[in-house]
Amino acid sequence: MALLEVNNLRTSFFTQAGEVRAVNDVSFSLDRGKVLGIVGESGSGKSVTAYSIMQILTHPGRIVGGSVKFDGQELVGASKEEMRKIRGKKISIIFQDPMTSLNPVYTIGNQMREAIMLHTKRNKKQATERALELLRMVNVNEPEKRLKQYPHELSGGMRQRVMIAMAIACEPDILIADEPTTALDVTIQAQILEVMQNLQKELGLAIIMITHDLGVIAQLCDEVIVMYAGKICERGTADDIFYQPLHEYTKGLLASIPGADDDDKPLVPIAGTPVDLLNLPQGCFFAPRCKNAMKICLRKYPQMCQFTETHHSSCWMNIKEAADEGLVTLTEGEESANE
Amino acid sequence: MSKMFLYVLKRVLLGLLAIFIIITVTFFVMHAVPGGPFLSEKAVTPAVTAALEAKYGLDKPLGEQYLTYLKDIILHFDFGPSLKNRGRDVIDIMTDGFKVSAKLGGTAAICAIFGGLTLGSIAAIFRNKFIDRIIMIITTAFVAMPSFIIGTLFLMFFCVKLGWFPANGDAAGGTILPVITLMLYPMSYITRLTRSSMLDVLGQDYVRTARAKGVGNMGVIFKHALKNACLPVVTYAGPMLAFIVTGSLVVEQIFAVPGIGRRFVSSIINRDYTMIMGTTIFLAVLIIVMTLLCDIIYKLVDPRIDFDK
Repeated sequence: MALLEVNNLRTSFFTQAGEVRAVNDVSFSLDRGKVLGIVGESGSGKSVTAYSIMQILTHPGRIVGGSVKFDGQELVGASKEEMRKIRGKKISIIFQDPMTSLNPVYTIGNQMREAIMLHTKRNKKQATERALELLRMVNVNEPEKRLKQYPHELSGGMRQRVMIAMAIACEPDILIADEPTTALDVTIQAQILEVMQNLQKELGLAIIMITHDLGVIAQLCDEVIVMYAGKICERGTADDIFYQPLHEYTKGLLASIPGADDDDKPLVPIAGTPVDLLNLPQGCFFAPRCKNAMKICLRKYPQMCQFTETHHSSCWMNIKEAADEGLVTLTEGEESANE
Repeated sequence: MSKMFLYVLKRVLLGLLAIFIIITVTFFVMHAVPGGPFLSEKAVTPAVTAALEAKYGLDKPLGEQYLTYLKDIILHFDFGPSLKNRGRDVIDIMTDGFKVSAKLGGTAAICAIFGGLTLGSIAAIFRNKFIDRIIMIITTAFVAMPSFIIGTLFLMFFCVKLGWFPANGDAAGGTILPVITLMLYPMSYITRLTRSSMLDVLGQDYVRTARAKGVGNMGVIFKHALKNACLPVVTYAGPMLAFIVTGSLVVEQIFAVPGIGRRFVSSIINRDYTMIMGTTIFLAVLIIVMTLLCDIIYKLVDPRIDFDK
């Protein structure tokens, strides 16, 4: 049994303009000790998926359907108290912006002790010991001094280390990292990723790494999910995604990475703008921006199909190619629409 | 801590300078206003007026009077005798009045701060729900209604019609209505401040972090959010406290409370020069002290504030 199973998760924000379907029928699973990457552009529902798992969505967002099973326990519909015991203890999260993620009016020590004492039976002194130990684990220098300092006295990289230390305080099974390096400069990014990689090995953490940086994905992840407009469009191992991308969107993403040696070549963007989540199109959500879109793409959403043991994609192009090779037979409607 | 001491010292010196300026301006403006303390007396011969003026030193040149006044305050802490209440010193009258006003005002201010913070937090937690709407409607009404209307209505209903409380502020139980009248405006104002600042704070990343750590609802609101959300309230509460403990003319007049607020206004009407000076200096000192206290509390609440800047 997988450690985390997400099935048909749907989360919407109920705004005055209407229902914004931020996460739309998302399913995936995560095994103990594995690293899962979720990649996609801004607004594709990566973070909302994570917040839905933790149930830390803010008004007016809420889960409208589906299931999230952690270690066999259903979390959707669980009581507040049950969720409180999961958060920080079984599943932890670190956020994108370390500058604003720590409470400015409490010391680092106070905030770390709180995280420790909420879920374990340590007294204040033992919690301080544990906090020091955690700060050493994430390579914070002068940990004794840090405990007495306030967040504004620390650099961004230092604060993100504190966030990581706080997140692993109760040895959770899953660590969700919501764009942990986006707000940091490049040298610090590498250090933070290294810290996370080491912790993952030492503690056997399962990590959900949310990012729009494909380099991070390539470096860390066992499995990758590509999201677009609240849906998963492709899923596979890191090798599948990088060497045999199937979905047109994934291909576009990979093509848009600037190479190290081709300075003079212009960058290749994905043309168009993200789809309006208030008015989702009838067909494939990516079709309006897809340069290979066919008639059927605009009419019907493609089903998620399995292509190898690990590799899934939902793109009409893949289905058409498979049909051309005689691997699948299309229904009549699909056949005619392809032309 | 020494940084804090230097800061306080600097502020105290600046405060003394401000008080000196206030004394000077008030003194000369007060004397520039037509009329005098002995004019309203009926049928007094010019000889008697002259004798009175001579007795209180009012016949001397203005510059000399000013220097004498300053000298008395600085050297002897002597605010002089009241010109209207014969035989009583300004300092005694102020002390008596302030005791009454401070008791009423202090109670009202404490109730206003705690009530406002609580109601504001509740409104923010239940944003746009029924209870929030009710709190907002009521506080809007109280912010908009002047105290002379509220006070008069209270007097009419609770004292005259229902007879629940005595109408005299001196009698037993008579302080309840004036306290409520005094606290309604600041409480409503603080409620509204707290609500908007709380809503802002509840949307902050560190509140999300707290939730993600597994902190319960109460912990999120009272530990993580309230301390951040109360900063604007601290700013408002200092001057509010100074004004409220120095009494309100309206409330003291309506409920017949012998407080300092009434003295302040009547001293101006009567041209009771020493009394005007005394009450003005008193209010100025109180406001300067309260503002300084607020800034110190500010630093204690928010460690990001740096006294050097």
